[in-house]
Amino acid sequence: MPYWLILPVLITVGAVLGYPIYRLVQLSTQHYGLFELIQHKGKPAGLSNYGSILHDPVFWHTLLRTVVFTAANVTLTIGFGLLVALLLARVSGAVRLLLTSGLVLVWAMPIVVAVQVWYWMTNFDNGVINYILTQLHLGDFQQHDWYATTFSQLALVTTLIVWGALPFVAITLYAGLTQVPGDLVEAASIDGAGSWRVFRDVTLPIIKPILLILTSLSIIWDFGVFTQPFLLIGQSKLHTGNYLMGIYLFEEGYLKTDFGRGAAISIVMLLIVSVLSVFYVRKMVKLGEAT
Amino acid sequence: MKRSRRVRNAAWNAVGIALFIVLVFPVYWMITTAFKPDSEIIAAKPTWVPLHPTTAHFGNAMHQPYFWQDVKNSVVIVLVTVAISMVLALFAAVALAKYRFAGRALFFVLVIGIQMLPQAGLIIPLYVVLARYHQVNVLSGVIITYMTFVLPFSIWMLSGFIRSIPRELEEAALVDGNSRPGAFVKILLPLIAPGLVATSVFAFITCWNEYIFARVLLNDQSRQTATVWLSYFLGTSKHTDYGALMAGATLIAIPVIIFFVLVQRKIAFGLTAGAVKA
Repeated sequence: MPYWLILPVLITVGAVLGYPIYRLVQLSTQHYGLFELIQHKGKPAGLSNYGSILHDPVFWHTLLRTVVFTAANVTLTIGFGLLVALLLARVSGAVRLLLTSGLVLVWAMPIVVAVQVWYWMTNFDNGVINYILTQLHLGDFQQHDWYATTFSQLALVTTLIVWGALPFVAITLYAGLTQVPGDLVEAASIDGAGSWRVFRDVTLPIIKPILLILTSLSIIWDFGVFTQPFLLIGQSKLHTGNYLMGIYLFEEGYLKTDFGRGAAISIVMLLIVSVLSVFYVRKMVKLGEAT
Repeated sequence: MKRSRRVRNAAWNAVGIALFIVLVFPVYWMITTAFKPDSEIIAAKPTWVPLHPTTAHFGNAMHQPYFWQDVKNSVVIVLVTVAISMVLALFAAVALAKYRFAGRALFFVLVIGIQMLPQAGLIIPLYVVLARYHQVNVLSGVIITYMTFVLPFSIWMLSGFIRSIPRELEEAALVDGNSRPGAFVKILLPLIAPGLVATSVFAFITCWNEYIFARVLLNDQSRQTATVWLSYFLGTSKHTDYGALMAGATLIAIPVIIFFVLVQRKIAFGLTAGAVKA
């Protein structure tokens, strides 16, 4: 009986995912360009695609940049998410409702829409961000071009990603915080523990599993991020000096129609991410098993 | 003591309200820009509210080439994907939640592992395979692709909802002499209906918002989705019509926001079912 129930899913997923993954491995060992795409037949190329990637300085620079970018984004997302969750636990009911509604609204914003809004707000001519920063006397930001340097471009992408990811992280962590027994916190306070010690010794151990899951998830998402940098930086401003892994893959594999090489890049990315996500998968499987 | 606590609470509330304003500002700015006349949009000193509100930008956005065609494509893709996925996912979720069987753990690993694959990594093989079977530049290719992403999280969420139903209810139905499928239809289905709705909405939003596969698999302008349509808006003219851009953005975001706000609680439960309890 259960096998009949999962069979349709297995067939669908097998056909739409299993087969492409098999083809991915195969493609990575072939020379496969536009001509081969039309012929439906690749030329064997051994491991030359992998060799060409590993000898490509752009690959190594992109990998390093992506690791730093991911570390910054995950730290900011989880850090701010935790602060917002702790804030939610402290404010009055009305403010909590207001803040939660705001978070849900942000959560609901489609990424492509958010990118366009970001672009409009940071536009150097009459973007509102430049106006606000100037009005706050944080410096003269009139006509400031946020898209001038790689650092500034990636910093903008980071604000967009952190803003978009904050609601999920904060709301989930807040749900975890409500599981912390109030008498435990009270007992610790009576014993003379300051609020930092209460957080470290009582709250943190209880929300640790959620924190770890959210961190793994964020690492996986941010490492492979594509849409935000691709659309916000814009195709005309993308160059090998500001690539992230997702963009490197898209440009080298799809846009240059070198599918064999693109497949090899995909596999290198999949390997890196699967190492990162082993922890997450194990944790989630345990949860699913423990009914 | 009491007074200092009140001051502290007021301070936290003030921080909360300030944070709310910062977080929501981009959404506010999108909507208000959409209603501002051009003179207010390009003014060096921005107006915080539209002083002379106009709906002209919405008309402009909707009259852009392919807007309605691409919205229609999105609706077709979303409805077909969600309908097929929900039926398949419901079967699998029942199997996972109600039966112990060999390979169950493996199936779980598969369901969760798929969600971890970086989507960018799958563009190349999916493109090549779908091109082989003439599924590039047709909606069915995108529908098939979306199902691989919708199925895993739908199974995950639905099995969470099914597990949260007390066993006694189902057993009561069995005692009444119903066969197991009969008990399922009569007892279980109405109980998981809210969960099914929440999961469908989440699937709807995921498909509606998806960008990279739609962009790669559909290259004809008349065959694109609304999301891809919006992403091309910036490139259509030298001087970006920010009013129309924000109007278009608002139009595309509205269905998502409405649906999401309606079922957000259920979605948060479904996504973290177990995680929060543990």
